[in-house]
Amino acid sequence: MVLEARAITVAYGDHPIIEALNLEIPKEKITVFIGKNGCGKSTLLSAFARLLKPKAGSVVLNGKDIAKMPTKKVARDLSLLPQAPVAPEGLTVLQLVRQGRYPYQNWLNQWSTDDERAVRHALRVTNLEDLADRPVDSLSGGQRQRAWIAMVLAQETDILLLDEPTTYLDLSHQVEILDLLFALNRAEKRTIAMVLHDINLACRYADHIVAVHNGRIYAQGAPEEIINEQLMRDVFKIEAKIINDPLFGTPMCIPHGRGRNLIKQRQQEQFENRQPTNPVAVKNR
Amino acid sequence: MAGKYISLRYGRFSQLIDKKVVRVNIVLIFLFLIVAIISLGLGDYVIHPFDALKAVFGMGDAMQNLVVRNFRMPRIVLAALAGMALAISGAILQGLVRNPLASPDIIGVTDGAALATVGFLALFNTSDNAMTVSIEWLPLASFLGALGVAWLVHALAKKGYSTVRLVLIGTGIAALAKALTQFLMVTGPIYLASRANIWITGSVNGAKWNQDILLLVWFVFFFTVSLWLARRLNAHELGEGVAAGIGVALRGDRTLLIIAATALAGGAVAFSGGIGFVGLMAPHMARRLVGSGHGALLPTSALFGGIIVMISDLAGRMLFLPLEIPAGVFTSAIGAPYFIYLLYKSRGGK
Repeated sequence: MVLEARAITVAYGDHPIIEALNLEIPKEKITVFIGKNGCGKSTLLSAFARLLKPKAGSVVLNGKDIAKMPTKKVARDLSLLPQAPVAPEGLTVLQLVRQGRYPYQNWLNQWSTDDERAVRHALRVTNLEDLADRPVDSLSGGQRQRAWIAMVLAQETDILLLDEPTTYLDLSHQVEILDLLFALNRAEKRTIAMVLHDINLACRYADHIVAVHNGRIYAQGAPEEIINEQLMRDVFKIEAKIINDPLFGTPMCIPHGRGRNLIKQRQQEQFENRQPTNPVAVKNR
Repeated sequence: MAGKYISLRYGRFSQLIDKKVVRVNIVLIFLFLIVAIISLGLGDYVIHPFDALKAVFGMGDAMQNLVVRNFRMPRIVLAALAGMALAISGAILQGLVRNPLASPDIIGVTDGAALATVGFLALFNTSDNAMTVSIEWLPLASFLGALGVAWLVHALAKKGYSTVRLVLIGTGIAALAKALTQFLMVTGPIYLASRANIWITGSVNGAKWNQDILLLVWFVFFFTVSLWLARRLNAHELGEGVAAGIGVALRGDRTLLIIAATALAGGAVAFSGGIGFVGLMAPHMARRLVGSGHGALLPTSALFGGIIVMISDLAGRMLFLPLEIPAGVFTSAIGAPYFIYLLYKSRGGK
């Protein structure tokens, strides 16, 4: 399954967000879109997921224009998890995960052996088997997001698109979700494309980063090749130092700015401590 | 997961049946029948439930047969059908706009029908309080009013997918219809105002068999349609992005769902008037018992809706004898506090 955008222009009303953009999502890899708020990265993901129809150009899945394919057929190859989804009150994890089977079902056939196998598999890999009968709205943030990911997994698509899957989660749950996606990619060879806000986590988990700026692709490639101080300046409008992550060796971004600066403070103290070359001060000690 | 469900598979047919849903619905069907039979027996002329049941099949004495078959059954059947239709309509709309506080009123059905009813009464009324056309046409006028206003709301809200837009436009148009209704009532003759008021409150008094049969056919058809749409409604309730992602045709399905909800509520209000709060209350009670899957929620809501309106009509007939109170007074009397309780509860959390 290859997903690519061919010269797409996407607009809200008459206001174009993305213009004549070409991009191929690398197969069986993790791709992460980064960029400032409003740069067009979520719009780009929505266009790939056929939520937004391009004004010009086309999104092509395995050589076919997805706008011309039946939407149910597309849903068997390509799944989407939008940003911060909300489950209806009282819906159980099992009911939610079953919804992922929608593109395979019809009115008579709503729980085939394939459906059952896919749902069980999705619950197992997301470690939700014991919570299957619990209402989604009674779960913690991390569990809830795992349930949504399980729904997308039950869809059994080669390509998964996720819009900020870690938003509103605390750090431990962010890592938990990204670990899960990473494991899925490595074990099941699923192509994953997602939007992330945290550059450091993006550099750690992405095979391929697409930096979006003003509706255009500023740069794309392996994080260690493209993430540098110039990119941070141009794309994020921030001065930053890029070092190697001490645990993973991947690029790590440290922004400049204000705040308590202990290094400066210590330098200052050392400087002041060095002052007593003056004999009066030495005597007073 | 194993103990709660039964998997049914036969050839290309497969379903996952929730045992609790089956249990709840069996109990509700019994309750529904018991309420109906007791209701048949009660009134100024009291008949033992067993005799009432016999009279349904024409096996009681002449008086019993007359009272049960000609007077009470038509209105009880109408009460049950109206309650069921309003409940399903409410359940569909709550799922569609993803808000458990939605009801058929939000698409302007009730207010549209009220406007058409009052308009009909005003238009064909002469100065000496005689109608220039048969009152038999009134349900048709109400029905067209319901559909017309719902269509207007849908047409205006169609641009863009947003359901928030639907609710806002629906509320606006409903307020406009209500204002026009009030205007007609205030400027019209006093007879019109009192007649219109009974309609607006909602009453099943004076129901006739031919109306029942019409509504029954209508109800069965659109109930089947809504069951067929239940699976899509489940998908819609996850939000537009998720629904599109799993392969739902958003635009087409939304139109179908609105048509089903409008047709059901429109049919109910045409014959019974604006019986309030059933469309809000019944799906809620059902959701507590069977959860939010619409395959189960729609029939369960229907049973609750039927039971609520039958009991309200019974209360209206019995409590203030010889005065008869419209059923809508009682649905609102239970519904409004229930609504406040829901709001209170949703603020307080679980």
